[in-house]
Amino acid sequence: MLKGLLRIQQTFFDLHLILRVMPSLLRVGLPNTFILALLATLIGIVIGLIIAIGLISSRRPLSLLCRFYVDILRGLPHILTIYLIGQGLPLAGLSLFGDDTYAYAALAIGLIEGAYMAEIFRAGLQSVERGQIEAARTLGMSRAQTMLFIVIPQGIRRVLPPLTGQFILVIKGTALVFLLGLTASQRDLFSIAQDSAINNANLSPLTAAGLIYLALTVPMTYAVNAWERRLRLGANPRARTAL
Amino acid sequence: MDPSTGGVRFEHIVKSFGSVKVLDDITLDVPRAMTTCIIGPSGSGKSTLLRCANLLERPEAGRIIVDGITITDPGVNIDAIRARVGMVFQHFHLFGHLSVLDNVALALRKVRRLPRAEAEERAIAKLNDVGLRGLERRRPTDLSGGQQQRVAIARALAMEPAIMLFDEATSALDPELVKGVLAIMRDLAASGMTMLVVTHEMRFAREAAGQVIFMDHGKIIETAPPATLFDHPQSPRLQQFLDQVL
Repeated sequence: MLKGLLRIQQTFFDLHLILRVMPSLLRVGLPNTFILALLATLIGIVIGLIIAIGLISSRRPLSLLCRFYVDILRGLPHILTIYLIGQGLPLAGLSLFGDDTYAYAALAIGLIEGAYMAEIFRAGLQSVERGQIEAARTLGMSRAQTMLFIVIPQGIRRVLPPLTGQFILVIKGTALVFLLGLTASQRDLFSIAQDSAINNANLSPLTAAGLIYLALTVPMTYAVNAWERRLRLGANPRARTAL
Repeated sequence: MDPSTGGVRFEHIVKSFGSVKVLDDITLDVPRAMTTCIIGPSGSGKSTLLRCANLLERPEAGRIIVDGITITDPGVNIDAIRARVGMVFQHFHLFGHLSVLDNVALALRKVRRLPRAEAEERAIAKLNDVGLRGLERRRPTDLSGGQQQRVAIARALAMEPAIMLFDEATSALDPELVKGVLAIMRDLAASGMTMLVVTHEMRFAREAAGQVIFMDHGKIIETAPPATLFDHPQSPRLQQFLDQVL
């Protein structure tokens, strides 16, 4: 019994190993994971917003095309999409970023995130009251101006919390880029932990990486929840005039 | 001169929602520099008719001429016409993310292409006109319903429209706030603005209108100056309606 517990402790919680891998996790892995998540999110936001506008378009071919994009990228396992784009594009001669694996990784995750964010944005854009759109049109604003000055600013504001929630998912999703084979300086949290785990035949480095993921994601999740609560309370005019 | 210049003319307008014919061969002249009030029970088609005047609803048949331009013709730049036809809605529809000032100034900048300073100057002047001095920086949600509706009126008036449309502008207001909004509408009518007003305020229709239209089931039943229409209703349907609301 005690021996079993000791084995578990040694396999997952070898303090010596955890402390040894921590510096490179924090110095190399953490910034790489964070920047990768940020890049992918930025790509996802741009694509997501464009696709969302397409989804609510009254032009049927356009909305169908955008629906197709969302269905495909949300329907495929992420691991498969990352392989297809990260390995596939360079193989197909579309070496957009030379052999910079990190960039392909950001693009692949960004394209996937674009599909998820498109649905979030769509919900936001459609939450803007029809009456405001009519009011803008009766003032002589074109469809595009109404979208740009009335619908998008309010639609985005309303989905900021779920969008941030999505960013938390992206942070976790970046772990999959180990598939693409990153150079030593490009490695993310998971890649570094995995390499160290293999070299030492011990899983404790993965525990170390897990602790860092949790330190990122758990506080952010609570922050998003608090933010969402505040936005809801913000609907109360008294709460707002106090500002 | 075309009699519809400066005003609105509806010719044989037909509009259905599904199998329900909400406008059934409506022909109506809204003369310029006069207030035309449309009254009638709910579901009579009066709001739909009003919304046809700037093509928020597109009729299936018939012609609409606004200020001399046949807006139902294909290829007409409806945005340019809408910029000259102000509209005020029952539920205000202010832009929630913008200050009171920006609500009024936005279209001046983006549609009229005025520089920001000039647009804001004109917006402030219009807000003063409707009695909202000092509230420019507030958010719409910080205002009372009556104040919000006055912002909406200022927003429409800032575009210096040739025609103003009011769609039950006081129906969503608390009773004590109705008066202030009606006073502004009355002043506007007195100033010679061409107005088409869908309303349940019979006193306003009697005092401010040049002609009153009674609609029921998608048809115009009676058209007359207010004194005639209210005091000597011709049709039993109008008589019955007036008995209910007065």
